[in-house]
Amino acid sequence: MTDAVKPTKYRLIGLALPRHDALDKVYGQTKYADDFTMPGTLHAKVLRSRYAAARIVSIDTSAAERMPGVHAVLTARDVPRNETTSKFGQTHSAGGFEGLYRVLADKKVRYMGEAVALVAAETPETAAQALRAIDVVYEPQPGVFDPVEALKPDAYRVGEEDTNVVCSYKVRKGDVDAAFARADVVVENEYRVPFGDHVYLEPESGTAWIDEDGVLTIRASTQVIEHFRDVADILRLPHNKVRVIAPMLGGGFGGKEDITVEAYLALLAYRTKRPVKLTYTREESILSHSKRHPYVMRYKTAATADGKLVAMECELISDAGGYPFLSPWVLLYSTVMATGPYKIPNVKVDAHAVLTNNTFTSAYRGFGAPQVCFAYESQMDAVAAQLGLTPLAFRMKNYLHTGDELGTGYALESAVLTDETAERALAALGEPTKPRSPWEKIGRGIASGMQSYGRLVYLHDSSRSFVGFELDGTVVVRCGVQDIGGGQTSSIAQITAEVLGVSMQDVTVYFGDTALTPLAGTTTATRMLYMSGNATLKAARAVRDALVTKAAEMLDASPDRIAMADKTFRVVGDKDHSLSLIEVLEACASDGIPLSNLAQFNAPAREVKESANVEGQIHPDYTFGTHAAEVAVDTVTGQVTVLKLVAAFDVGQAINRLSAEGQLEGGTACGAGYALLEDVKMDRGRTVTCALDTYLVPTAADLPDVTTIMIESGGGMGPFGAKGIGEPSSTSSAPAVTNAVADAIGIRLTRLPVSPERILTALKEGQAKRDDAISRRVPELA
Amino acid sequence: MGTQEIEIQVNGQPLRATVAVEATLLDVLRNELGVVEVKNGCGQGDCGACTVLLDGDAVNSCLTLAVQADGRQVTTVKGLGSPEAPHPLQESFVAHGAVQCGFCSSGMVLSAASLMKQNPTPTRAEIREAISGNLCRCTGYTKIVDAIEEVANNARLLEERAS
Repeated sequence: MTDAVKPTKYRLIGLALPRHDALDKVYGQTKYADDFTMPGTLHAKVLRSRYAAARIVSIDTSAAERMPGVHAVLTARDVPRNETTSKFGQTHSAGGFEGLYRVLADKKVRYMGEAVALVAAETPETAAQALRAIDVVYEPQPGVFDPVEALKPDAYRVGEEDTNVVCSYKVRKGDVDAAFARADVVVENEYRVPFGDHVYLEPESGTAWIDEDGVLTIRASTQVIEHFRDVADILRLPHNKVRVIAPMLGGGFGGKEDITVEAYLALLAYRTKRPVKLTYTREESILSHSKRHPYVMRYKTAATADGKLVAMECELISDAGGYPFLSPWVLLYSTVMATGPYKIPNVKVDAHAVLTNNTFTSAYRGFGAPQVCFAYESQMDAVAAQLGLTPLAFRMKNYLHTGDELGTGYALESAVLTDETAERALAALGEPTKPRSPWEKIGRGIASGMQSYGRLVYLHDSSRSFVGFELDGTVVVRCGVQDIGGGQTSSIAQITAEVLGVSMQDVTVYFGDTALTPLAGTTTATRMLYMSGNATLKAARAVRDALVTKAAEMLDASPDRIAMADKTFRVVGDKDHSLSLIEVLEACASDGIPLSNLAQFNAPAREVKESANVEGQIHPDYTFGTHAAEVAVDTVTGQVTVLKLVAAFDVGQAINRLSAEGQLEGGTACGAGYALLEDVKMDRGRTVTCALDTYLVPTAADLPDVTTIMIESGGGMGPFGAKGIGEPSSTSSAPAVTNAVADAIGIRLTRLPVSPERILTALKEGQAKRDDAISRRVPELA
Repeated sequence: MGTQEIEIQVNGQPLRATVAVEATLLDVLRNELGVVEVKNGCGQGDCGACTVLLDGDAVNSCLTLAVQADGRQVTTVKGLGSPEAPHPLQESFVAHGAVQCGFCSSGMVLSAASLMKQNPTPTRAEIREAISGNLCRCTGYTKIVDAIEEVANNARLLEERAS
């Protein structure tokens, strides 16, 4: 569902075109990672720790190795370099943002499900039997499972270092204490959010083999083909002897940003010299791979009686789980975005990421922004209520605008239209729904958010793309993007077709292959359209310029009078003279003029001065938007029905309108799941929600249609003024839903998910408080 | 446990396999018969990615034993239609942008086809209920419901014209 489509100045950009990859997918022709098998493939399985915290006393693999059909059994001592420092696909070194990657547990296990040994065998059944034959003697350790406990000086040490603190950041602006003293309203709350699982429909999978030229090749479901460097380092191979191919992915959402199966496959293929396949079961995926960080967040927010925010103080404690992975990055995002899209003169943020013996946590759509957005948007409503202002009116007095400074002192440079998104999102809810029964309460909520697109400026991010014509007028793009389902390659085809005056069907995009496609960086951080879209635009424009120059020469006209569209070059205002695309291509080819161009796009870059003290520009830019929700709460069962969901965003410029709407709708749905359902429960490090009947995500029956409102300011840093929307579309969705629940029941829940149990408990406690207040008043009355 | 020889008509093609009696239809389709357009998302009947039509009705192939399909018709998304002879649901999914990562699409389209067989003119609520066993993490379902609804609306028009 969408608002009216306005006319556009582009030929293809902004249109709702069917995606070029959708055809193969809907006819069942796309070969995902597990759909591909090499002849003679062995099957791999991973032995995982049964303990969350233990010492490994001994590992005996001899019985497993003797089993017929077993070709390799590997433990930490078989890995040439078991510990590497991952740059997570980045090429620039930024101190503090590299992470330990330990391939197999050595001496100690740090979370339940940590990989201890690998097996490759003729059949999956034999591999499973071999796992059972490996004898690991563990010495269980007490462990620590709560990040607040883990911060204590005498806490169990999760890793090998003498502290569990992974990193700490702070932001200081103005004087919060003085502002709190002077403020008319001060609201203080503690918020908690749970572990989350990505639940991409396609579990982690891949196949590795050594090709005919001796190159170790891994075809795997990954968001980061540039882990090829990490894999090469692990095997002590030259970087140019490892190739990673990413086929179309069945979803990623950040969960395939860290290495999953690649290193295991590489080790087993290298050892056996046979192709090896490894696909996780759903249980294994939930148990062992990265989760969204749970946070404990203490927020103190102050405003004046006329509704101006004067101070925000935030303390964030993030549970990093057993290994750091991307926790330092995620926490930095939270630190920068802790105060949201609001102009606040006094800001104090203290943030800590802490190791525990829980499953490790890392990237998940939103990358640290959804956690804090739940907290600050809950605070905004709580303060508005104290001031007697509506949630919209209070927000409208405080939104950031272009030129305003974040807590870090960075002044926003691009378009900021949060006001308009908020007004339009709320208006789109329309007339309030009437309750269906006396015990049903209807509530409405809004939440605004800000979310970066593009990676940290510390990382000196870059992307490359090759665009070239073939002699028949078709176009080839080679760009190392990973297509995780968001239309990454389709957008690149659309940008190319726009610039080169051809149709999308004329463009073939080769993607995601470190041997064939120029490296384009990761499909993460809402960066692919921004980075690779710009690189592709630059390359396509260079090709166009060369062809237009040649056509101008052939037509005896000045290049600025040449129009290139529909495979024809015309002189503007001259109907008699034109050249076909093929004529110009042939002329260029015979004159030695390149028909192709390889372009690189570099994002703004900065060095880290002092990583703990967060100041100035941290991200290239931000996307702003607002979600609105209407819910019905059954006060007898605690059940929440989401009646209406609206996402209103300044997308800068939609490239493919269908894809952009799809991102907004999908992100909004994902946030609604975070609000109401999703909760990876761990009991002293043991995941108890290892299946999709216990870890619940929204079904079609759980959600209403999502209404999308796209504002196109043209003020983004992406191609044609686009902003990134993959992650922003999800960030503010959860608090819009929880603010609606609070509006319905009159009680604010400070913990996600807002489950029926928690709602009923809150209603009972609320009733008890009211009963208590009444009984205490009785003597006074008497 | 033993093995059994079975013959399944997959998209009209008779395919034979010797299967373990405890093997699931999903496992045999993907790993014995190379029918990889049927996806494995959870193996426990929770996600619907492995949906196929068994004699025209949608089933989770991970919860169906291969021996139960002996002598029966299995239709996958490839059997429903092809680029040369597309099924209206497939065309509608592409046109509405109902396909993102695509991993749920084959099961989703088949659940929709099964619904349309039982109820050619479902409401949006009935569509949502019918596909509630097929998880999608990318789309938020709105465009999927749009795509199915359009095919239902066209069926309704045809019905009205016929009457």
